Amino acid sequence: MKCDICENEATVFLTQIINGQMTTVNLCDACSKAKGVTDETGFGLAEAFLSPAPGGGESELVCPACGFTSAQLKKIGRMGCPECYSTFRHSLEGLLKSMHKGTRHVGKAPRHLVARAAATAGIAHLRQALEQAVREERYEDAARLKGEIQSAEAAATKTPEAASPAPPEPFASGA
Amino acid sequence: MRFQTLLKHPADWMKGSGPHSEIVMTSRVRLARNLRGFSFPGYSPEHQRVELLALARPKVAALPPMKDGFSEEYAGLSKVRKQVLVERHLISREHAARSAGCAVVVNRSQSLSVMINEEDHFRIQGIRPGLDLRSAWQLVDDADSALEAALPYAFDEKLGYLTACPTNLGTGMRASVMLHLPGLVLSDQINPVLKAVGKIGLAVRGLYGEGTEALGNLFQISNQHTLGEKEGEIIAQIEKVIERVVTSEINARQKLLEDNATMLHDQVGRAYAILRYAHVLTSKEALNLLSLLRLGADLDLVPDCDRGLLDLLLLEIQPAHLQFGAGRDLTPDERDALRAEITRTRLQFLVGPANISSTRNPPEAPTSDSHDE
Repeated sequence: MKCDICENEATVFLTQIINGQMTTVNLCDACSKAKGVTDETGFGLAEAFLSPAPGGGESELVCPACGFTSAQLKKIGRMGCPECYSTFRHSLEGLLKSMHKGTRHVGKAPRHLVARAAATAGIAHLRQALEQAVREERYEDAARLKGEIQSAEAAATKTPEAASPAPPEPFASGA
Repeated sequence: MRFQTLLKHPADWMKGSGPHSEIVMTSRVRLARNLRGFSFPGYSPEHQRVELLALARPKVAALPPMKDGFSEEYAGLSKVRKQVLVERHLISREHAARSAGCAVVVNRSQSLSVMINEEDHFRIQGIRPGLDLRSAWQLVDDADSALEAALPYAFDEKLGYLTACPTNLGTGMRASVMLHLPGLVLSDQINPVLKAVGKIGLAVRGLYGEGTEALGNLFQISNQHTLGEKEGEIIAQIEKVIERVVTSEINARQKLLEDNATMLHDQVGRAYAILRYAHVLTSKEALNLLSLLRLGADLDLVPDCDRGLLDLLLLEIQPAHLQFGAGRDLTPDERDALRAEITRTRLQFLVGPANISSTRNPPEAPTSDSHDE
């Protein structure tokens, strides 16, 4: 019997019965390992991969960017393009939980995005301060803050890289 | 740099040096990266892969560490040459099987390689000798930061770097360490150790990655999770685990020396004798015997044996290296003969293990499975 993910001979057979409906999953050794099929997580894997996606299961989803379908995703276990991650976001949640330590990225990020995020957060903070200054009728402070917001916005759009350095990594440089 | 030049000059990490080099062969870190606006290579039409390659290869080749490096499209690389790169761990088996729209860029010292249009648009890989994942990370981190400034990466604030396979999502990082564990194998302790490693979420694989056999007592240990942890945390965890595996291996070797010296001397002696005098050597046999000889060298049973010599030989006798050296395709029989010839030549001045030392030791209690007939 062939593996449901690749073309190799299947050696791992998972059967699950949910509400009286039986689903069988056949996997080869490599795919079963790659997908982390163990006693603890096999159930979650089969559910995430091969049964209709919770919430979005009524009709087949198609990625507007590349034409990849949810049926292809279930068959191959890989995405068609980066945009697929937002197209299939709902059917992925269970899978990611069973696959990884968390569901939110906490590692490295492209520098210009980090800088932009930091600038946005900084501007939001200034806006709050401005609102408070207006409420308290501190108009001199408000004028100063308004100027700061304007220059921060200009800086954020003009030179994204220069706005702020990437967050420190756990490693000191040259470690 | 030409292919011949690349082949003639082995990398520093191929010569058996670095921290814990008696047990840890190499430390590798690879990053999976993709560009916005392009389908992943496995799903994109050929013209799109070719377009991406044309856009990306000059940027990769222009990275500062790639100065005077090797850069080649797969359309211009023969099957044997690609296989040589696989045997050197510079490209993956999966990538070697592809052709149109694929390329590899390798730096001059062969410590950094970038595969274009593998499963992901980019696979950036750094290799260092011994247990040194932090240096390997530094290599790929720098190259990645330089590349991200030149190309629009597919990145999501919540999910991190978007990859073809959700198993790589987030950091896109796989950190792996190649270990030589003959002591644990010979003393039948390898399975519990590997099982324990698996239980804490690390993967164990053979010499050439996923789905390959653990030949020559070589095992690769790598992280499986890529989302929800920082790169530095993942690396620190692996290093911690590897330190413990290294300690287990050292203890297993010591225990073999103390409790099973005859068996150990026998294995090392046979390995030496066969490698020195055989005229036919299969790849599997050679790898396994070289592993035992390396163990003998590590334990000073084989005097003045340079581990670097053995590690380079291990590479030189791989099928594609043999065929590239011979300048033509070889049948398996021809390969086995040439492999034996090269091995005899390289080891001709290697002094054998001391023959009398073990018999001078006090006799051991006979083991239950000995056959005296």
